[in-house]
Amino acid sequence: MLNQPVDLIFNKSVKGRRGYVNPPVGVDAHAPIPQAFMRKSECNWPEVSELDVVRHFTLLSRLNYSVDTNFYPLGSCTMKYNPRITEKIAQLSGFTDLHPLLPQLLQGEKFTQGALQVLFEMEEWLCEITGMKAFTLQPLAGAHGELAGVMMIAAYHRAKGNKKKYIIVPDAAHGTNPATASIVGYEILSVKTTPQGILDLDDLKSKVNNDVAGLMLTCPDTHGIFHSDIDKIAEIIHAVDGLMYYDGANLNAILGRCRPGDVGFDVMHINIHKTFSAPHGGGGPGSGPVGVSDRLLPFLPISRVIKRADGSFALNYDYPQSVGYISSFYGNFSVLLKAFAYTLILGGDGLKQTSDHAVLNANYIRACLKDYYTVPYDRICMHEVVFSAEKQVARGVHAIDVAKFLIDKGYHPPTVYFPMTVKEAIMVEPTETESKQSIDEFIQVMIKADELSKTAPESFHDMPKTMPISRPDEVKAAKDINTCYRG
Amino acid sequence: MLQKIGVKSIDDLFVDIKTQHRPKSFNLPQGKSEFEVLEYLKTLAAKNSSQLVPFIGGGFYDHYVPAVVAALTSRGEFFTAYTPYQPECSQGTLQALFEYQSAICAMTDMEVANASLYEGGTALYEAVMMAIRTTNRKKVLVDGGVSPIYKKIIRSYTTNLHFEFVETPVVHGQASRSAIKNLLDKNTAAVVVQNPNFFGAIDDYSDIVDLAHQAGALVVESVYPISLGLLKTPGEMGVDIVTGEGQSLGLALNFGGPYLGFMATRKEFVRKMPGRIVGQTVDKEGRRCYVNTLQAREQHIRREKATSNICTNVALCALQAVIFMSLVGKEGFKELARINADKAEYMKQCLEKIKGVQVKRSSPTFNEFTVCLPKDASTVVEAMIKKGFAAGFPLSRYYPGMDNYMIIAVTEKRTKAEIDAYTKALAAVLVS
Repeated sequence: MLNQPVDLIFNKSVKGRRGYVNPPVGVDAHAPIPQAFMRKSECNWPEVSELDVVRHFTLLSRLNYSVDTNFYPLGSCTMKYNPRITEKIAQLSGFTDLHPLLPQLLQGEKFTQGALQVLFEMEEWLCEITGMKAFTLQPLAGAHGELAGVMMIAAYHRAKGNKKKYIIVPDAAHGTNPATASIVGYEILSVKTTPQGILDLDDLKSKVNNDVAGLMLTCPDTHGIFHSDIDKIAEIIHAVDGLMYYDGANLNAILGRCRPGDVGFDVMHINIHKTFSAPHGGGGPGSGPVGVSDRLLPFLPISRVIKRADGSFALNYDYPQSVGYISSFYGNFSVLLKAFAYTLILGGDGLKQTSDHAVLNANYIRACLKDYYTVPYDRICMHEVVFSAEKQVARGVHAIDVAKFLIDKGYHPPTVYFPMTVKEAIMVEPTETESKQSIDEFIQVMIKADELSKTAPESFHDMPKTMPISRPDEVKAAKDINTCYRG
Repeated sequence: MLQKIGVKSIDDLFVDIKTQHRPKSFNLPQGKSEFEVLEYLKTLAAKNSSQLVPFIGGGFYDHYVPAVVAALTSRGEFFTAYTPYQPECSQGTLQALFEYQSAICAMTDMEVANASLYEGGTALYEAVMMAIRTTNRKKVLVDGGVSPIYKKIIRSYTTNLHFEFVETPVVHGQASRSAIKNLLDKNTAAVVVQNPNFFGAIDDYSDIVDLAHQAGALVVESVYPISLGLLKTPGEMGVDIVTGEGQSLGLALNFGGPYLGFMATRKEFVRKMPGRIVGQTVDKEGRRCYVNTLQAREQHIRREKATSNICTNVALCALQAVIFMSLVGKEGFKELARINADKAEYMKQCLEKIKGVQVKRSSPTFNEFTVCLPKDASTVVEAMIKKGFAAGFPLSRYYPGMDNYMIIAVTEKRTKAEIDAYTKALAAVLVS
C-alpha cells in the first residue's frame, strides 16, 4: 500500500509527448470530410510517455485494498479468491478476437462454434446447479438480470391478460429489487421481517392480493438466514398467479444443498462475479444469467444458443413471445468464460464444498464474536453473519468507526449500515477461500476494536490514519460537484 | 471450528433447509485439474476462427489494443477489488474513474460523465429514460440511422411502460430534418440520433438540437469514440446527453462483452444521471481525494425511487479505456481517427473500380460505409468467408428489402495488402 497521493495523469502531461505509435496509414487516400462536420475543439487527453502511463496506474493500483492483498469480508458481495487460470483462459485469442456479429453472417456461425459451445455448456451447468429449466446468459450484471427477470414476469402476465400492479419485496432486500420492479412499471409492496430475522408470513398473507405479479426474495436473505418455509411462501404467491423471483446474490450459501428450481422459484439470477468467482473488477464487469421454470420459458430474451441434431451450435431468434433484446449480444462473454473454467475445475463436489466452507467460516466468526458484538438474530446463519454495533454505539463508536479501525489494521471492512433492518449493521461474509488462520486474525482484530471502544472511544474518530487519505468530506463532494478535470 | 460453533457436523449448519427442500438432482461431473481445463478450452478456442480478416463493424470494431492496457488492468489490486464503498482504501479505483470521466468529457466536450454503464445499447436506453425523467414527457423520436440493435433494446425495456416511440426516416443517409420538425411537439422528451449512423454516414446535428430545444425536448446522441478524433463533438453541437459504446477504447471484441457504456451530459442534468459518479473532494486534512458522490440518486439509498437499478457497472473496462486514452493521447487520437478514415476512403476507391459495386457517397463517412452490390449481399459475404474475409455486415439482417446492401468497416489494423486482396476476392466472387 502506497501512503501518499498520486497526482492526476493530466498534470503529468507534457506538450508533444507520445505514449503510443499508431500503425502507418500505408495508403494514398484522404477522406473528404467537410469542415462543417469536423471537430474544432482540442481533445485534452494527457500527453505522456508509455512509462508515465505504466508508472501512474501502477502507483494508483497501490492505493487500493483488494482480495489479492487484503482480507475483504464485504457482506453480500462474495469477495472470494479469483483463480489465475481463468484469467489465462479468457485471454486466449480464439476468444478475445471474435467479433460478435460473425455468427449472424451466413456460414459465419461455423467460425464461432467454440464460443457457442462454451455458452451452451455453461447454461447446462447452471440448469443442473439451480434446478431451473433454461438460462439466458445475456444479462450483464446482477441488477441487469433482475431487470430481465422482472420483464419476463411482466411478459407472462401480459400474455395471460392478467392485470397486475405490484411486486412484493421484503424490507431487508437489496435496493436493486425495488428499483428494478419500479423500472419495469410495478409498484412496490414491502413485507416486514420477523423478530427471528426472516420474511414475516403473516404480513405477507395480509398483503397478497390478486394484483400481485410476483415476489422477489433473496434466500438466504440479507440477514444470512435461510427461510425454512420457502414452500409456503411459494404457495401463497402462486395462489394468486404470482411468480417467485430468486435473487441469487447469496447463492454461494446453498450450492448442492438446495436448488431454487426445486422449491418453487420461477425465475432467478446468478451473480457470476460472486458465486462463480469472476473478478469484481473494482465495480464490474459482472454477469447475471437468469434461469427460468417452464412457465417463463417462452419469454426468455433472444438470441438463445441451441444445439442442432448434428451436434453443431447455433443462435436462434425465433421465439415470438420473447421479451426481445436486452443487450447487444450474448452476455459478458469473457466473464462467463472465466466462470465456466472455474466450474469445470471445481466440479459438482467442489461446488458443494464451496458452500460448506463458506457457511462454516461465517458461523465460526459468529460464534467467536457474539460475546463482543450484538447478533440481532442469534442462530445458525448461512454464508454471512450480521452484527450490530449497538453496544459500541453506547460508547460513542459507530459501525463506520469500526470499519475505519479495520482499514488501519489492513482489512477491507465488512458491509456497514446494510441491511437497513438492523441498526448499525456490520455484515461479514468471509467466503470459503480464507483460511482458519486469516479468519482467526480477523476475529482478534474485531475483539480489539471492541476493547478500544471501551478504553478510548474518541480515538476512532481520526481513523484511518495509515491510508493515503483520511476520511473524505462527502458533503462537499455532493455540494461542490467536481466530476471532471478542467486543466 | 465446529466445536466452537456448537455443532457436530457441517450438515448441522444446514438445518434450516428442510429434507424436502434438498436438491432433487445435483448430477455434475467431477472437478478437473487446471491443466485439463486449459487444454479443453484451448480446443474450444481453436474452433473459433481467427483466420478471417475482419471488415465487419456495426458499432463494434477491430482496433488494436496496446499491450500496456492488459498489463496494467491485470494487476490484482485493480481487478480483485470491488465498488469503492470505503474511499480511504480505494483511492486507486476512484482516481482512475475520475480520470476516466475527465477523458470522456474531453472526448465529447461535455461537462460531466458517469463512471460507466454496461454497454452502448443499454447506455442509450438509460439516456432515453433520463430524458423522459428530466422533461416529464413521454414521446421519443428515434432517427432511423440509430443502430437497429440499440432500437430493439430500447423497445424491449419500455414494453411495459406507456411511452410513444416514433422512428423518423433517413434520407440520402441523413436524418430527415423535415420529419423531425413535423413530429416535435410539447409531448416530446427527446430526439435520439447517432454519429456516425448505422450506415456509416456522418452528420452535424446542430440544427436538430435547435429544433428540439425550441420544442423543449432534449437531444440524445450515441457516438463512436474513435470518430471524435476528427468529427464535430456532441458538445459542439449542443447535445444534451451523450452515450456510446466504448469498446473501441482499448477493449477486445471478446464475442460481445464485456464492453463499456459511457454517458456524459451537462452539469444541469447531473442529478438525473444514472450510475456511479466519482467526485473530487478533500479529506479531513484538506488533501485532494475522490469518493462516489450523489449517491442519493442510486438504488442502494433511494430503492424504488432511484434513477436506475444499476449497481455493478464496468469499472475495469473504464480503467482499460482511461489507460488507452492516456496512452494514445491528444495528438495520437487525431492521428488514429485520420488513419481510420483514410484507409476506409482507400477501400471505397478500390471497390468503386469493381464493376457493379456502388459505394454510397451521398453523405461523407468515417471508417464504415455502405455499398450496394449487384447481387444478394448475404450470399456474397458467404462466398467471401470461403476466401478468408469477414467481408461486411449485410443490411438485410435488420432491414428487410435491402438485400444487396452491406456495411464495411476499416480500422487502423487493416493493411493496404489486405484491402487489395479483399478487392480482388470480391471482384472474383461477383463475376462467378
